[in-house]
Amino acid sequence: MLAFTLRRALQAIGVMIAVGIISFSMFRFAGDPVNQIVSIDTSAAERASIRQSLGLDDPVLVQFGRYLVNAAQFKFGVSYQFRQPVSTLLMERMPATLELAICATVLAMVFGILMGVYSALRRDTLLAKLFQAVSLIGISLPTFLIGILLIYLFAVTLGWLPSFGRGEVVRLGWWTTGLLTVSGLKALIMPSITLGLFQMTLIMRLVRAEMLEVLRTDYIRFARARGLTTRAIHFGHALKNTLVPVITVAGLQFGSVIAFAIITETVFQWPGMGLMFVQAVQNVDIPIMAAYLLMVSLIFVTINLVVDILYTIVDPRLRATISRPA
Amino acid sequence: MSDAVVPDRTDSNAPSVRPDGGWFRRAFESDLFYSFRRSRLTMLAAAVTVLFFLLAIFASVLAVQNPFDPAQLQLMNSRISPLWTADGQSPFLLGTDEQGRDVFSAILYGLRISLTVGVLGVVLAGVLGITLGLIAGYVGGAVDSVIMRIADVQLTFPAILIALLVNGVAKSILGNRLDAMSTLVVLVIAIGLSFWVQYARTVRGSVMVEKNKDYVAAAQLIGLPAQKIMLRHVLPNTMGPILVIATINLALAIITEATLSFLGSGMPDTMPSLGTLIRIGNNYLFAGEWWIVAFPGLALAGLILSINLLGDWLRDALNPKLR
Amino acid sequence: MTVPVLSVRDLKVEFVTRRATLRAIDGVSFDIAKGEVLGVVGESGAGKSVTGLAVIGLIDPPGRISGGEILLSGMRIDHLPAEEIRRVRGKRIGMIFQDPLTSLNPLYRIGDQIVETIRTHTNLSESAARKRAIDLLAEVGIPAPEKRVDGYPHEFSGGMRQRVVIALAICAEPELIIADEPTTALDVSVQAQIIALIKRLGRDHGTAVMLVTHDMGVIAETCDRVAVMYSGRIAEIGPVQDVVRNPLHPYAKGLMGAIPTLAGEDKRLVQIPGSMPRLSAIPPGCPFNPRCAFAFDRCRVERPEPLPNGAQAVACHLYDRAAEESAA
Repeated sequence: MLAFTLRRALQAIGVMIAVGIISFSMFRFAGDPVNQIVSIDTSAAERASIRQSLGLDDPVLVQFGRYLVNAAQFKFGVSYQFRQPVSTLLMERMPATLELAICATVLAMVFGILMGVYSALRRDTLLAKLFQAVSLIGISLPTFLIGILLIYLFAVTLGWLPSFGRGEVVRLGWWTTGLLTVSGLKALIMPSITLGLFQMTLIMRLVRAEMLEVLRTDYIRFARARGLTTRAIHFGHALKNTLVPVITVAGLQFGSVIAFAIITETVFQWPGMGLMFVQAVQNVDIPIMAAYLLMVSLIFVTINLVVDILYTIVDPRLRATISRPA
Repeated sequence: MSDAVVPDRTDSNAPSVRPDGGWFRRAFESDLFYSFRRSRLTMLAAAVTVLFFLLAIFASVLAVQNPFDPAQLQLMNSRISPLWTADGQSPFLLGTDEQGRDVFSAILYGLRISLTVGVLGVVLAGVLGITLGLIAGYVGGAVDSVIMRIADVQLTFPAILIALLVNGVAKSILGNRLDAMSTLVVLVIAIGLSFWVQYARTVRGSVMVEKNKDYVAAAQLIGLPAQKIMLRHVLPNTMGPILVIATINLALAIITEATLSFLGSGMPDTMPSLGTLIRIGNNYLFAGEWWIVAFPGLALAGLILSINLLGDWLRDALNPKLR
Repeated sequence: MTVPVLSVRDLKVEFVTRRATLRAIDGVSFDIAKGEVLGVVGESGAGKSVTGLAVIGLIDPPGRISGGEILLSGMRIDHLPAEEIRRVRGKRIGMIFQDPLTSLNPLYRIGDQIVETIRTHTNLSESAARKRAIDLLAEVGIPAPEKRVDGYPHEFSGGMRQRVVIALAICAEPELIIADEPTTALDVSVQAQIIALIKRLGRDHGTAVMLVTHDMGVIAETCDRVAVMYSGRIAEIGPVQDVVRNPLHPYAKGLMGAIPTLAGEDKRLVQIPGSMPRLSAIPPGCPFNPRCAFAFDRCRVERPEPLPNGAQAVACHLYDRAAEESAA
């Protein structure tokens, strides 16, 4: 078990170094950092001295090492647009993104699993077919269209919900939360639905497919032959076996929820990391792009690691193969 | 003890496979075409998809104006609502935007851009993926692990993030030289780089399966070019799954392009795709000019929905396990 | 005469596919008495397993029982409402499937699976059921049952898992056990142990056993009576000694001729030419007629019904004619 965890941790570090290389290459080669700092009428000599002071004349490997050491301390340089340290900017915006992503994931999990189980067990009912149709529309409508539609309905036409922003937030140490005020909660509703809808359809389809697969297995047939109640078979045996892969996927999806938040945050002008990233891409603010990539990768890799370990705890077969000395 | 065993026929329920005819004829005579004819929804989706492609191809014939040509736009025609509303004016079927651009014509031209980027992106992803998959499968060893490791890592990142990064880097390198045409190329590359993994995995898997078959060893023994013979088996075997992936990826590619354009990192206002039109139209939503965003949005949703329906049907029809 | 534990009368099972309706079981009748082991033998696709599934009410759509009746100790159990047939399954009929590796839920401890089954069918408390689970594991020959009861299925070997499956099948003291190819997926060395176990359990508890297999060796060793199935019908049924020593139906003759014996080492094994027809292409008359060396015109037109012939019953026109002639 320990060896497995260590091996996975090493793999995670490998991925992070690979992402670090990409991030560094962007930072260093895509766009000259000097040009971004100086104005047009800076003299060549001044440019050279800035270049020197930024360490851009050192060997690439040295620069890369310095970049990694800095990144490990969350020093990502200064934003071209804001003239502020990137880490400060990211930290300011992270709570907004995480709160949105968590709400969307919870929403997606609860409704995705409920709808998936229902449509697997009652395959031919009207409601199951409706769920299937909704799921198809859910993956066919681009996120931003769903957002626009919701805004038009609930903000423009009905005026029930705010169309942009986080509402009133409460400061808890460095964290800011919108969960404690009415306007914050109201502001959270539409973005969460928009962001969660795609994940929900994904989870629903996955649960349905997995459940149908499980219901065809021999052990379910044997469970029926043993005369267990339908309830025990469906919600004991079948659901437990279905949820193991589903939880893995849903966990892994949390990373993409954060990345997809880019779109939702833009539509709703949600002051998170995603919105800042989009603005950075538009304004070619490389330090923010590079730092965002690193941060999101770190979140991804951490989640992957945690899910892998959790998975082995849930599934006794894996636990056995792992603890057995290879 | 006597332990004779009654001869066991395992294939007694297997469907009959006609030996005559090419694979093409066989496929279309049997289940695939049957399920196509049986599903009205699939037929409708196919019809809508074909319609969208035709609209895009013949955009210049069908449009009442060329929305890219400023000379044809007149400001006095701006913000006209659709034809069936009280303020509607012929020939602007779906109304006009604030530059006097006919929304219907803009959709036709936007459709053309969206489909071009989508199709080219999927083709690029397919070529890239199939090539890398073949290399990984055939060469094996370190090359294989490097390619597949990259694939694994990339698969954890959503395509939109990769596409945004590629786009941002291109912008930073090209700077002001990035005109509409080169943006289109960048988008195709961004999509190609975002979607190759699935093809590579499928093809590699198929190569791995074929590699272990007896005929490959036999061919090698008698000195025949085993690789070439394998290729003849691998490619037809992967055609089905690749077709499914390509169809579903076409929808994803179009969404990705539209999203990039919506986020302002895609096609510029001078050569708008459906996503760009939606971004522009979104600004007029609060002013009540809903048609500027609604119709491009409907077109995009309809297009993607139809392609997804086709993809779903293909996947189910080609996967006997689900039947 | 006492009522048989299981009585199947003219059972018909159909599968509706989009191309045709296939009749997998076509007019099968047999009885199993208390404590008796009936072997059901035949090629794959002859309808052995489907018969077993029909008895326990596990024919799923597109399949359905389209005719006949199934009586368990005199009570009709086909077409029972779902909830009532569920109470019969596991409680009054135990089932053992072919592959012990896939029959157990991998995520549940085996003890929990046994306790769950016991508590579904009895009023035993959790702790009493657990005690009974340990006793059952001991009875089916699992060493150190009080420890193994908390094991997961993957910690058991194939043979041990099949013992667990058997324990699950008998945990509510059923009147009938249906064993569907219980040894096919196991090592040869383990097969004999499992067969001996099933036989012993049947004897000790007076349970009727329906043993589905394509292994004639198992039949000869274990069963009291044997039914030979072909194309969804019973070709011949009778006491195992008679059917093995003196098979009447040409197909049964072929089957027995395919058994190697120690005594007749120099004799060549007989092979039956051809293969069993597909369900979609069963010939009219006797389904065996295209492969039968003795077939005559009537076999190609009229379907033979099973007729008594000594202790055996055989569905073959050859014996019908013999009966007529002797009567004349």
